[in-house]
Amino acid sequence: MKKSTFKKVVVMVLALCMAFAMAACGSKDEPKTEAKLVIGGIGPTTGGAAVYGLAVKQGAEIAVEEINAKGGLQIEYMFEDDTHDAEVAVNAYNKLMDKKMQLLMGTVTSSPCVAVSAKTYKDRVFELTPSASAPAVTEGKDNVFQMCFTDPNQGKTAADYISANMSGKKVGVIYNSSDAYSTGIVDGFKAEAAVVGLSVVAYEAFPSDDTANFDTQIKACMNAGADLVFLPIYYTPASLILSQSKALNYAPLFFGCDGLDGILALENFDLSLAEGVYLITPFNPWTTGKDFADKYQAKYGEMPNQFAADAYDCIYALYNAFQESGCTADMSAADICDKMVPYFTGSFKVTGLTGADMAWAKNGEVSKAPIVAVIKDSAYADL
Amino acid sequence: MRKNGKLVLSPYKKNEITAYLVVVLFFGIMASLKATGVLSRSLSGQLIPIAAYMIMAVSLNLVVGISGELSLGHAGFMSVGAFTGIITSLYLAQAGAPTVVRFVVATLAGGVAAGIVGFVIAIPVLRLRGDYLAIVTLAFGEIIRNILNVVYVGLDRNGLHFATTSDIALLEGGSMILKGPMGAITNEEISTLLEGFILVVVALFLAQNMLNSRTGRAIMAIRDNRIAAESIGLSVTKYKMIAFVVSAVLAGFAGVLFGLNFSSLAPVKFGFNQSILILVFIVLGGIGNIWGGVISAGVLTILPEALRQFSDYRMLVYAVVLIIVMLVTNNKSVGTFMSGLKGKLTSRKKEGGDDSEKN
Repeated sequence: MKKSTFKKVVVMVLALCMAFAMAACGSKDEPKTEAKLVIGGIGPTTGGAAVYGLAVKQGAEIAVEEINAKGGLQIEYMFEDDTHDAEVAVNAYNKLMDKKMQLLMGTVTSSPCVAVSAKTYKDRVFELTPSASAPAVTEGKDNVFQMCFTDPNQGKTAADYISANMSGKKVGVIYNSSDAYSTGIVDGFKAEAAVVGLSVVAYEAFPSDDTANFDTQIKACMNAGADLVFLPIYYTPASLILSQSKALNYAPLFFGCDGLDGILALENFDLSLAEGVYLITPFNPWTTGKDFADKYQAKYGEMPNQFAADAYDCIYALYNAFQESGCTADMSAADICDKMVPYFTGSFKVTGLTGADMAWAKNGEVSKAPIVAVIKDSAYADL
Repeated sequence: MRKNGKLVLSPYKKNEITAYLVVVLFFGIMASLKATGVLSRSLSGQLIPIAAYMIMAVSLNLVVGISGELSLGHAGFMSVGAFTGIITSLYLAQAGAPTVVRFVVATLAGGVAAGIVGFVIAIPVLRLRGDYLAIVTLAFGEIIRNILNVVYVGLDRNGLHFATTSDIALLEGGSMILKGPMGAITNEEISTLLEGFILVVVALFLAQNMLNSRTGRAIMAIRDNRIAAESIGLSVTKYKMIAFVVSAVLAGFAGVLFGLNFSSLAPVKFGFNQSILILVFIVLGGIGNIWGGVISAGVLTILPEALRQFSDYRMLVYAVVLIIVMLVTNNKSVGTFMSGLKGKLTSRKKEGGDDSEKN
């Protein structure tokens, strides 16, 4: 009896030893035959925000494969998980720096990105984020750039579009008051709505993305007589709002931002609910992004969202700027950063899936035309 | 005391000294490795969070281990400390104070703020016992987080401005320090490893000296038998309150150290999961065992990072490792095996030593 328990313990200990031995194997550096450009990526591949992190990881993988298949300068691409947490993101960044990362494509979500970009600013590592949209990500940091619009900019765009094309509508807003993305857009929207004279009749907040019942918010918009509901939120709560509005026989025009992208891929979602919903999205997988979408679907078995497209564009932007500014793969991250920053903010332009002739300002913001699309026959139709 | 010319330490003293030794050894080794450049960036970047978590382990041990009440809202106190610390630090930065002064004042402010919140919460909470108390602390942890979600703080030449919406009119050159759910995004990283080390030692000193005092013995007497303790005239509320508030203050210290180590910190970081993580530290280290909690805080902070090779499966491996450790440490035959090993190594030592470590 006693012997057998002892055996169990020994087996367990041995198993642990093996696990760690395996771990040791994995971390061993492979000798480099020729210099490769090392691009690191950080984003949540586990946890609640994993959808976005995985999309970025996979979208970038496709770009890297295309570039490496062409020959010439090769890219070594490493992606670390940050679970949408600033502390873990900094750890992931340090891990990538241990692995001699030269350029950073990341991080995917805003709050971790602010923490990481403070580090890259100090270490002088060139950083291009596909999707961290808070203005604080780039504020005061000359080395950090965004591929996406900032949140307030999206709010502004939405207000402008509504006042130009849907004038006379009374607008109700339903947003997530505990979410930086949502409150950021609402701030921009509010400011611009006052400027263009939009009639906003209700601002209704809900406390978290786990909220299941939106009756209060929907009824408030109904009672205020809103015939357009602005939804600057992610697609999960938005899908609930759409179905609960229908249950209440409330059929205003719905207008969302890029957070709604992905709603058509949601499981068990009645696609007819999304018909006629407007959204701001930089990427349309049914028209301009068809090739990429097909490739992505063949490889990963799902439709790419705008995060994947942003990441794809990021890799190409980094790669092109790296080569055109005359950097070589044996340079240190700081030297590369010094060369790339002036080039990136200078004449550099790139055309990709999410925009044509994208250029970057010194404050890190991208300039590209926002696209408003409407959902028709379960696909985005350009307007 | 001395026995047969040999120094014999009481179990209390032995545990106390072990705790200091663990901390000094850990930070000593890490600091020297860092100085010689051997330490990877990945590990050296985690040292300050580890120090903060060690303080949290000490702090929670005071409530769970010593006072015997399960608290599931300790991350709340940590967040109060963290955000108070950040506001103080940035305010002082504008006034032109040097970083060390900013850190010290921020730490004190964070500790005091967390202590006050702890006191206010303790008034209703300590009327409850057992599961009910645990549930209410959980609720308070969430309440604190949700309040922080609507706190907006701006700073300009006229000083600090507080509001519950983002509509704060700031003078030219002013900036928002706290932005509700975004948290603090303009923070400066001023925590240093030395400050972290000192704070851990201070926390140990406060906690262990309190334990080994009249107050500490009274708290433990109440934990072991409330009725007997009341019958000899100990004020249950008073002593439980002392344990709770001291614990909250230490959590505030940890929060400041943690908060001032990151340039961005959102309230969502201090959710229920964080509270449970800290509870896992002390359960794994042995409830009531201060140095055990300190060690496991260090190990469990490093572990998920050390398991990055497993990529998406690392949290799975992390859980498996936790379960194995729990099984192994609670396994009788391993216990006998270890004490047998210890007996062989130290040979002809008296047997009492093993029991004392379980205190």
